[in-house]
Amino acid sequence: MPLIRSMRNIGHRSVDTIWRIGFAARFFVLILLNSGMSFRRFHLTVRELFFTGVMSLIIILVAGLFVGVVLGLQGYETLKSYGSESALGTLVALSLVRELGPVLAALLFASRAGSAMTAEIGLMKATEQIAAMEMMAVNPIARVVAPRFWAGVISMPLLAAMFSAVGVFGGYLVGVVFIGVDEGSFWSQMQSSVDFQHDIMNGVLKSFVFGVAVTVISLFEGFDAPPTAEGVSGATTRTVVQSSVVVLLLDVVLTAIMFRGI
Amino acid sequence: MLWMLGGWFRMRAPKNKSEGSVVSLQPIVEIRDVNFTYDTRPVLKGINMTFHKGKVIAIMGGSGCGKTTLFRLIGGALKPTKGEIKIDGQVMHELDQAGLYEIRRKMGVLFQFGALFTDMSVYDNVAFQMREHTDLPEEMIRDLVMMKLHAVGLRGTHALMPAELSGGMARRVALARTIALDPMLILYDEPFAGLDPISLTAIGSSIRQLNNALGATSVVVTHDVQESLKIVDYIYFISDGVIVAEGTPAEIQASDKPFVHQFVHGEMDGPVPFQYPGGDYKTDLGVSA
Amino acid sequence: MERTALDLWVGAFVLAGLAALAILAFKVGNLSSYNVSESYQLKANFTNIGGLKPTAGVRSAGVLIGRVTDIKLDANRYEAEVTMSIDKRYQFPKDTLISILTSGLLGEQYIGLKPGADDEMLKDKDMIKQSRSAMVLEDLIGQFVAGKAESAK
Repeated sequence: MPLIRSMRNIGHRSVDTIWRIGFAARFFVLILLNSGMSFRRFHLTVRELFFTGVMSLIIILVAGLFVGVVLGLQGYETLKSYGSESALGTLVALSLVRELGPVLAALLFASRAGSAMTAEIGLMKATEQIAAMEMMAVNPIARVVAPRFWAGVISMPLLAAMFSAVGVFGGYLVGVVFIGVDEGSFWSQMQSSVDFQHDIMNGVLKSFVFGVAVTVISLFEGFDAPPTAEGVSGATTRTVVQSSVVVLLLDVVLTAIMFRGI
Repeated sequence: MLWMLGGWFRMRAPKNKSEGSVVSLQPIVEIRDVNFTYDTRPVLKGINMTFHKGKVIAIMGGSGCGKTTLFRLIGGALKPTKGEIKIDGQVMHELDQAGLYEIRRKMGVLFQFGALFTDMSVYDNVAFQMREHTDLPEEMIRDLVMMKLHAVGLRGTHALMPAELSGGMARRVALARTIALDPMLILYDEPFAGLDPISLTAIGSSIRQLNNALGATSVVVTHDVQESLKIVDYIYFISDGVIVAEGTPAEIQASDKPFVHQFVHGEMDGPVPFQYPGGDYKTDLGVSA
Repeated sequence: MERTALDLWVGAFVLAGLAALAILAFKVGNLSSYNVSESYQLKANFTNIGGLKPTAGVRSAGVLIGRVTDIKLDANRYEAEVTMSIDKRYQFPKDTLISILTSGLLGEQYIGLKPGADDEMLKDKDMIKQSRSAMVLEDLIGQFVAGKAESAK
């Protein structure tokens, strides 16, 4: 009975998914409850900030610059046909600050830092380092997981802001320096249409939410990975796929809440 | 994953305030009628053991006989389905997380492949527990780390990373880390697995010497008969979840029980069959009529 | 890596991130023209606001002096009630004319204030009486067609 078998398969997968979501939520609560050490001994978090934040810097800056350049080129071509090239600054800045900055930075962050976190924690588990820590009466959630979580949450908005800033610069480079859009109207149009609270702060809020989502997924996948080489590699792949889907999904929800009807 | 979360969410049981400090004759570890079942498969069936201070005890058995499960039960990472494990007078599965951590500070565990923290140097690995659990100044930690490393003969490696050590050296560094806080109970999970004869002897004699020097109790879970017979005081044999034999090394060597005989002398077939139970051989080959 | 070198890198990283945020706020965004604490509220009713949106600019003689903070429908009169916050440095007479203007032919809409001659100034939460609604393209075309028909007679 292939029908019944496939139905059973769907049922099994749904139960499994819900089970995992429940455990991830519980894991998230555990991280928050065990966060004291991340701040009392802040150098633990600083160390992770180096690996998640500083090490992601180059990819974020390069990607941001290229996205800004492309936005400048494409935006100019489109706006030119309406005779409103001076709105190029607005186009570049709003797309970056509201959407592309937070979302693309989060996607890059998931594949650069998130996958590394999963692999690291998965390997620590596979080589019994987590169990050893547990047996030394050191809570691995507080000592290993929470500092990585906070490092991710702190660095994500900063990386997104750098992505947007470099992107705007890329748009400026193409639009003003190479194509020759009027510099004054480029900046003034941008400034009059980008609102600090409504656009920039909402963008920061978005990247903060993405940071929480990506780090929780990465850490959970690492912690939950079967302690084998195959298990860790599978978990790393799942981290990137799930983080990307969740970031895009959250972006839809957040955009609907933040920018609805305005 | 499951057992870890389970441990953290364990219901807060009233803390067992029994007996207070250790009475000299009280055993360090008491295992009373412990049963353990994975899903529906019984792994341990009515285990009774008593470990006294100053002794080195070996728990032996073939692969998959429940040694590692027992080991995790003693460490408090698993909860027995039935029965209880008392360490230093406290029932392990009745402790909350704080109580469990309190007792684990007095325990040292050497994992099968050392489980050194790969992102820290040898020095930081040994200093790990001192930094986590004490407020000792860094100079004192340095002295202590050097003493522990010297005890396992690897003082010169303190600046290396674990990846730069050979398997035997990593095991010895892990041993130094295990005894960092002078534990009263040391658990060894397969300390002899995968070592060359020289490292094997080095680890074996270290286990014995450290136990004597610290006045601790050591429990060695292993299947290496020859090496353990040299260093231990008492041996338990586990097969199929029950204790099939126990005694001092001399008694074990003289034992005429078929299982012990097969194990000690490494015979291929005996009470432990070479063939895993399966269907009829001819049927599997497809030659039966 | 040494703890001090690590700290240095992370410090530089955090500073760069904050600097990027500041650039976004001041150079890209309008935080430099924001003065939330020193502003006052004005209101006005319009029969039609066209495409005016919250956060649209309020200008006088072309200079940005405030922003639209809220737009709602006055259910008694079926008119749009627009609330603006205006920089406290700029005071306007009671008989100021408020109108909804468009930058360029199809550009965004904003509010223009044309001061009158009254000696008394508008105060916080005052209502501007004289308003001129947005220019709606369909109405204009309708009027134009009607005018043509009229003159053709």
